[in-house]
Amino acid sequence: MTSNAFSVARIARLTVLSLGALLFLAPYIFMVSTAGKPQSEIFSSSLSLIPQQWSYVENFTKALSRVSMTTLLFNGVIVCALIFVIQIVVAIPCAYAMAKLKFRAARTMMVLVMLGLLVPIHATALPIYVAFDKLSVLNTYTALVAPFSISVFAIFLFLQFFRAMPDDLIHAARLDGMSEAGIVARVIVPNAWPAITAFAIFSVVAHWNDLFWPLIVVTNQDYATPPLGLLYFRAAESGDDYGALMAATLIITLPLVTAFLLAQKRFVEGITMTGLKG
Amino acid sequence: MVSVSTLETAIAAPEIREARIAWLLALPAIVLLFLFILLPTAAVIVLGFTDFELGYSNWRFVGFENYAELFTDRTFRRSLWNTAVYTAIVTPVSIVLALAIAMLIEAETKGKALFRTVYFLPVASLLVAMATVWQFLFHPTIGPINTFLALFGIAGPNWLGASGTVLYGLSIIGTWQSVGFNMVLFLAGLTAIPRELYAAAEVDGAKTWFDRFRLVTWPMLGPTTLFVTTISIINAVKVFETVKTLTEGGPNKASEVLLFTIYQEGFVYLRVGYASAMTVVFLAILVVLMFLQYRVLDRKVHYA
Repeated sequence: MTSNAFSVARIARLTVLSLGALLFLAPYIFMVSTAGKPQSEIFSSSLSLIPQQWSYVENFTKALSRVSMTTLLFNGVIVCALIFVIQIVVAIPCAYAMAKLKFRAARTMMVLVMLGLLVPIHATALPIYVAFDKLSVLNTYTALVAPFSISVFAIFLFLQFFRAMPDDLIHAARLDGMSEAGIVARVIVPNAWPAITAFAIFSVVAHWNDLFWPLIVVTNQDYATPPLGLLYFRAAESGDDYGALMAATLIITLPLVTAFLLAQKRFVEGITMTGLKG
Repeated sequence: MVSVSTLETAIAAPEIREARIAWLLALPAIVLLFLFILLPTAAVIVLGFTDFELGYSNWRFVGFENYAELFTDRTFRRSLWNTAVYTAIVTPVSIVLALAIAMLIEAETKGKALFRTVYFLPVASLLVAMATVWQFLFHPTIGPINTFLALFGIAGPNWLGASGTVLYGLSIIGTWQSVGFNMVLFLAGLTAIPRELYAAAEVDGAKTWFDRFRLVTWPMLGPTTLFVTTISIINAVKVFETVKTLTEGGPNKASEVLLFTIYQEGFVYLRVGYASAMTVVFLAILVVLMFLQYRVLDRKVHYA
């Protein structure tokens, strides 16, 4: 009786979950399918997923020739890597000082960090844009990276992580004659990997996907990041060439999705950790 | 006397040293915090009281003129309204869906990871790219959605092309994109609920799953739900990518949203002063939301 009821409930549950999953995957399925269809077949508006006439090569060639995908992906990697490295190099020492050292400004810093958490890039964009325009650094990697060099969220996250670290660890290192900078580099960082990976995922996902800021400071294709490049591609592709467009979206979506599929456990843990603390 | 003072310096010296090192370690962060967050925020508030335009060297303080203009600006009012509608759709729908999916997955023994991955996939996908795919799905004549509806004899709308449906279209994309994120947070909340509570509820006469949900799951998830709600509202208020990519605020300003209007005024028409006043309104909305969360958190949800 119970086992029967259990299996009915389970079948219902699995059915709902599978149908939902199919719905969530539908955009990906149509993306892959349409990227392989010739123009005529797309316009016949049939629901068949498998192309009758395989045009993957054609569509991908078009996608790769219109906008330099390698430049886009390279820019995306460079910008995300620079942002992440600078963010942790700046945030970790600061969070360590606030968590483990006695200094009077720590409380004021805490207030500033909490205030900073409230202010997204959308709010500071106008003055920073005006300043960058005056300094003529628009259309550079500097313009793309600099505003994100400080992540109050990183300070906040690491602060909580460091507070939970035992003081004995640091005392022992001090007795061994390590400098404070040495302690940060050789004791704190190696013990903070879970927080660093979590933050890395948070930071890379956010900046890889960001359109707002690159759109503002970059007008030169050479510095375009993937989202911006795709906008250019769409603009160049004035018609309805969905085959090439889907091929381009496929190329641009693939890197992060692959990274996610390879390290999905870490991704989910990272988002949970950063999500719940943010 | 002498011994006391030397003792004091002996104690004080390492403390001063520690404070100095702390300052040095925190200095880069402090400088950048001022440079890229505090100063620009102050600047945006000041600029909101000026008629500054990029490209014109003359500017003056105009008091509350920008704000007075905002009140009568039909585009801005439309934009606020659209943002509110979008948020009012996406937030509840994505939270309810996420909670339902999380509970279904949590109850499952096998295939947990697979389902979690599938529902989370949109979070890890480039939104601008996936918005382009959605545009194809929504295409009025060749799009799979309307082709599918036609099978049942339903004439699908021109989703993103008609002012009556464009916000719904964007809301569907927004919901699809944010459910996975909320779900992961709910899953974390669900795993943290002690199993004994369900057993205890059953002993106390909670027979159906709904009783267990009402008596255990829902109250225990309180803090998670509050947090998910706040972050969902804030993310919905910040909608920009899909609008910029797919509709540019159109048709006929039907999808004009807050950040897009600020972007147009400030970075396309270069009316920095006026756009700054809009930004202050945007910032005020975020502050009020965070404040509300803080108040509710302080008062209501304490189970930990």
